[in-house]
Amino acid sequence: MADLAHDAPVAHHDEHESTGIDNRKLGMWVFLSSEFLFFGALITNYLLYGGRDFESVVPREIYDIPFTSVSSFVLLMSSLTMVLAHDALSRRDQEATRTWLLATAMLGAVFLGGQVFEFYEFITEYGMTLTTNPAASSFYLLTGFHGTHVAVGVLMLLSLVGMSRRQGGLSESQGMNLELVGLYWHFVDIIWIVIFTLVYLLSD
Amino acid sequence: MTTTASRPSATIFRRPAATEGFWSWVTTVDHKRIGIMYGYTAFTFFIIGGVEALLLRIQLAQPNNEFLTAAEYNALFTTHGVTMVFLFVMPVAAAFMNYLLPLMIGARDVAFPRMNALSFWIFLAGGLFLYSVIFFGDVTAPLGVQGVAGNLDPSDQTLLGGLPDGGWFLYQPNAGPSFSPGHAIDFAALGIQILGIASLISAVNFITTIFNMRAKGMRLLRMPVFVWMMLVVAFLLLFSLPIIAIALFMVTFDRSFGTTFFQAASGGDPVLWQHLFWLFGHPEVYILILPAMGIVSEVLPVFSKKPLFGYAAVVFAGAGIGFLGFGVWAHHMFASGITPVAQAAFGLATMTIAVPTGIKIFNWMGTMWGGRLRFTTPMLFSIGFVAMFVIGGLSGVTHSIVPSDWQQTDTYWIVAHFHYVLFGGAIFGIFAGLYYWFPKITGRVMNERLGKAHFWIQFVGFNLTFAPMHWLGLQGMVRRTWKYAPEVNMGPWNLAVTIGAFTIALAVLVFMFNWIWSRRKGEPSGLDPWDARTIEWTIPNPTPEYNFAKSPVVHSLDEFWHMKYTEDEDGRAVRRDDAEETLARLEMEGLNPTEPIHLPAPSYFPAMMALGLPFIGYGIIYHTALWGKGLIVLGALITIAGLLGWGMEPLEEPHEAGHDEPETADAVAEEHD
Repeated sequence: MADLAHDAPVAHHDEHESTGIDNRKLGMWVFLSSEFLFFGALITNYLLYGGRDFESVVPREIYDIPFTSVSSFVLLMSSLTMVLAHDALSRRDQEATRTWLLATAMLGAVFLGGQVFEFYEFITEYGMTLTTNPAASSFYLLTGFHGTHVAVGVLMLLSLVGMSRRQGGLSESQGMNLELVGLYWHFVDIIWIVIFTLVYLLSD
Repeated sequence: MTTTASRPSATIFRRPAATEGFWSWVTTVDHKRIGIMYGYTAFTFFIIGGVEALLLRIQLAQPNNEFLTAAEYNALFTTHGVTMVFLFVMPVAAAFMNYLLPLMIGARDVAFPRMNALSFWIFLAGGLFLYSVIFFGDVTAPLGVQGVAGNLDPSDQTLLGGLPDGGWFLYQPNAGPSFSPGHAIDFAALGIQILGIASLISAVNFITTIFNMRAKGMRLLRMPVFVWMMLVVAFLLLFSLPIIAIALFMVTFDRSFGTTFFQAASGGDPVLWQHLFWLFGHPEVYILILPAMGIVSEVLPVFSKKPLFGYAAVVFAGAGIGFLGFGVWAHHMFASGITPVAQAAFGLATMTIAVPTGIKIFNWMGTMWGGRLRFTTPMLFSIGFVAMFVIGGLSGVTHSIVPSDWQQTDTYWIVAHFHYVLFGGAIFGIFAGLYYWFPKITGRVMNERLGKAHFWIQFVGFNLTFAPMHWLGLQGMVRRTWKYAPEVNMGPWNLAVTIGAFTIALAVLVFMFNWIWSRRKGEPSGLDPWDARTIEWTIPNPTPEYNFAKSPVVHSLDEFWHMKYTEDEDGRAVRRDDAEETLARLEMEGLNPTEPIHLPAPSYFPAMMALGLPFIGYGIIYHTALWGKGLIVLGALITIAGLLGWGMEPLEEPHEAGHDEPETADAVAEEHD
């Protein structure tokens, strides 16, 4: 029978990557391309219903554009801090990496707080709930799914910070994790730019 | 650089070590074993879906039959469709993909072995969840937004009547809360959602595998056509599944949380559902057929002793089908009142997509033309595929003529058409593949006499079943009808159809007997039972656990063929003098690796993560009850615990940690749920 080693730390089977891109990174890109369709369907859904008239209140009548502009700015800045975290790690500056990761997570959390506040206002001030009409439903479904994505991103950022703190720094391979989280984070950010433009700014 | 602290490796996070028995299968990350599990599970669902079809046919065997109630009939044609599409043809394609794809590109496993296991377990969880409606579909819970709990219609309360009954397409608002009270549709919507997660994960995994794990020299245009077709399928899954995910979320919100996305009475738009469903549903059709096209593109050249005619044309036609497949969805909706411009555009696009399909048909015929044909069982099934698919394709292209389509809509003509492409096409192709690659899995060849009997019985039964549906459809017999009057004179052909259906059942029994018998008593296959062309046959049968003892280097398309054959002055293929020596050498080398081979270690956590999803599903359905909310939390905890364990368990190579897969990608994939 063949000499099979299930645990021995010998070189991995011919581990070349045909494209030269790390498996995990390529996988993340592929996954994100699917996510574009996920949000594409949600945005289309809102574009269909958002402009229609219903007897009850619809989102476009109650947007607080200045407020959402500020929280959008906060989210945009988090992409900058994400890049700074990546840059710090490439200089092997672990302390700065943690700081920028934490800053990114905090900015994401501020954005989420803004979204919670916005939903709260819409529900209590204007009485627009998930079930008020299809326009409201599609608004909550879209922004809710985006918010969920941001929340998952924040958790991933915090777990990177925790990992770094526990081990006194991120290794080479965990640096790849940071890149993956970065890709994901930028994606969530880009999607928000589209949502903010199409759903908030161009909506009437 | 900072030192990397070793990962926590407490005993509970030890990688499992069983190599035999139940736990070795639960924890396996070997793509071959996962493929086998996919195959057997899918075939079990094939039997279930087939029995459902037989029950439908008994009901329709004669006019005014009283075998099934209307509710049972509705439930059975729905579950027949859902089962065959989502629980048989898709997963059986995943079985082929899992088992063969790494072998065909010269890899020892897929890019993300644990995610591969996760796909299978989520698929299994989704299938069981869907059918668990039988047990849990009628649990008493406080009234939700639907205003009804459980099934009100007494005729629904039979065992079969309680199955989902909205058609596999779950058209709204018929499958919405007002017209389909009870929980059956919820099980279908959430079940398909769970199955979608499984398919999405494997799409990501296999695209990465195909792009990144190819052996040296295996350029993209040296890959076997089967690999190419699976690449197209993976992209179709990648781009169409998120759309159906959103659409199903909207259905679940409508049914469970009181939104009115598709409820016309409250300002919703039912046609949006049709757009979203078919924007997924039409690429889905190609997801079902392209794997079979890949299989016959492997089988036909081998038994014609010729290279595939126009390899590049077949590859690009497949990719073309993938692109165009996203642009024809509204031909399912010509009767829904879309504008004339849209009808003209989609009619035209539908004609266009016949072109790449036609290219393939010509290439397959060109492959056989002038070849030295050997009519083995896989060859017969492949030829059957081509012939039946032509008929299905021709009846399909009639749908591009809009006024004609209006007449055909919701008649048996449609039923005949899609069974010719999905049964005559996909399932014939799948059987060709099962006979062809059986030696790869077992080291034995399936019995040829039984195989040929299987083919001919199935071929006759198939045509007896589905050809008369064309005439019934043109005669005006409507789809999904559970009864017809004697005066319409549809009895004789319907009886013929029913006899045909039982003939197919007989053929499948012959196949099952052959499979079981040949596993034990079949002729040993040796290395190369078919005089094959591709590199999965350069390794011993059954495939060793490590696949390739030595990573192959590929020099050309049909690498294995060129190891055995050369050309004479007239350009004819001549077997090399040393071909037998080559085979003997390959066999010997394949069984005796010269260096220790490292394989990805098994893991408990993929199965554990999948286990949580059905609980979340039950919780959403019964969220009005406190225990329902509890189930959501419980399911989420199981899945998150699985995810944490996944992240914490030791990787095989501490010094090179993370060549498996990242926790992060899975965390992201998870949140599609």
